[in-house]
Amino acid sequence: MSKVDLSVNIASLKLRNPIMLASGTVGYGNEIAEFIDLNKIGAIVTKSLSLKPRKGNPPQRITETPAGMLNAIGLANVGVEVFVKEKIPFLKQYDVPLICNIAASTVEEYVECTKILNGEETIKAFEINVSCPNVKEGGLQFGNNLSAVGKVTEKVRAVTNKPLIIKLSPNVSYISEFAKVVKDEGGDAVSAINTLVGTAFNIFTRKPKVQNVFAGLSGPAIKPVALAKVLEIHQKVDIPIIGIGGIMNWKDVVEFMIVGASAVQIGTLNFIDPTAPIKIIEELEKYCEQMNINSISELTGSYII
Amino acid sequence: MLIVNSPIEEIIEIQKDIFLQKIYSPEIARQIQPGQFLNIRVSETVTPLLRRPFSVCDVEGDYIFIMFNIFGEGTKILSHKHKGDTIDIIGPLGNGFNISDDFDTAVIVAGGLGAAPFPYLTRLLRDKFEILSFIGGRSKSDVITFNLLNVKTATDDGSLGYLGNVVQLFEENLTSLKNKKLKVFGCGPNAMLRALKEICISNNINCEVSTDSAMACGFGICQGCPIESTEQKDKYLLVCKDGPVFNAKDVII
Repeated sequence: MSKVDLSVNIASLKLRNPIMLASGTVGYGNEIAEFIDLNKIGAIVTKSLSLKPRKGNPPQRITETPAGMLNAIGLANVGVEVFVKEKIPFLKQYDVPLICNIAASTVEEYVECTKILNGEETIKAFEINVSCPNVKEGGLQFGNNLSAVGKVTEKVRAVTNKPLIIKLSPNVSYISEFAKVVKDEGGDAVSAINTLVGTAFNIFTRKPKVQNVFAGLSGPAIKPVALAKVLEIHQKVDIPIIGIGGIMNWKDVVEFMIVGASAVQIGTLNFIDPTAPIKIIEELEKYCEQMNINSISELTGSYII
Repeated sequence: MLIVNSPIEEIIEIQKDIFLQKIYSPEIARQIQPGQFLNIRVSETVTPLLRRPFSVCDVEGDYIFIMFNIFGEGTKILSHKHKGDTIDIIGPLGNGFNISDDFDTAVIVAGGLGAAPFPYLTRLLRDKFEILSFIGGRSKSDVITFNLLNVKTATDDGSLGYLGNVVQLFEENLTSLKNKKLKVFGCGPNAMLRALKEICISNNINCEVSTDSAMACGFGICQGCPIESTEQKDKYLLVCKDGPVFNAKDVII
């Protein structure tokens, strides 16, 4: 038995370790469960759920870029109703905190989705996606607008007592202003960052490589940007931060925690090595032992500048 | 679905710029069916970042084979591997060809690297069924007939075999096949598969196609590889999980 305490808290949400699986990179858990024991993970965040099922964007939805990938899935999902009926029973078997990510195009829709899901005991927290760059309505429109993010936070807060996490867009000038609004309106934590808006073109056909033209960039290419955004929030606003962006190994996790993250989410890496989250947890424990860290949460915001 | 590190036994250039990689992977060899695929991580660095999907080309005992040309960075790295190097494979993935249908003659129609899944299918069918292979390419050097049986070739420039595309060649041979119970297995560029689907549907021939798409994970979580379904208008099918082999009538190619 290790002496290292890997557990972390995000507001009232207690996680056995800081490794969460990011929305949109683990579906509803069933595929990834073929590779890893979900009971060992800190938390799992569902694919963005919307009030009604969404078909998503037509192909081509993804393309690879240097050290990254662009995606424009378009929030394809089964909708809250099917999620509750068909997906929750599977997730219920596991002792892993389930966080529901919600996407919508109006404030009312965010509220409605949260209300429907709030009664489900299996759901331990909500992560509100105000920052998907890949849908025509909602998404970025919300994520770019301070008062809209404030409004969504306020209205969703009013209908749930569960921990409320707002997933922020990096496609803004000062992300800390958004984190501040979230805190002021009663949000419990922020996830930072969602994907960066990008595009790629085929130089022979002169057509976009992703059909939606604009897409979200993820993967190790965005890690320095994500670290800077987390640090900016940490320096300006007192709110728990879940760090996301290009984590490929345990060292990246430590780096995110040092600049201010209380926990992290693994995203693109799940596509490449679905067993990586478990390996990362094991390596983190070794690192803490080696560095004489009793509780991994000591790392959060421990930068020396 | 396994994730394994498997050593490369041999890399053979079967014709100019077309490579066959022989991999020792008994667990996958035992399970994999023709038409299923492997998602391979070609290097541990972040460029290239994503895995690359490959149809299983053949299986021989404990060995699996993949076929590729040098298309980009990933395949270039693969072609430079040596005996004993290991590669990281997720597989078997997706649904393969259905060979328990009612047919007596298997017709393989492939364009370019679309020939990749058929040596294995041929191996499994050769003792029980008559097999005819129609293989095409832009030019002579693109035509891959490796380990296929009863091959007729077509090239766009006429440098080998029939002058024209492989679907036209197949169509011209249809009259001589009218007394047989056919099943067509197709793989190649989308334009070819579309034409093949049309011919098969208008002649009432059972046809399965192996489709291709950009994808990240290969097992359903990234949602990166949608394909339009004929039946369900409100959602896409996924090439990786619902395919890559579909009955041609079920998808809009």
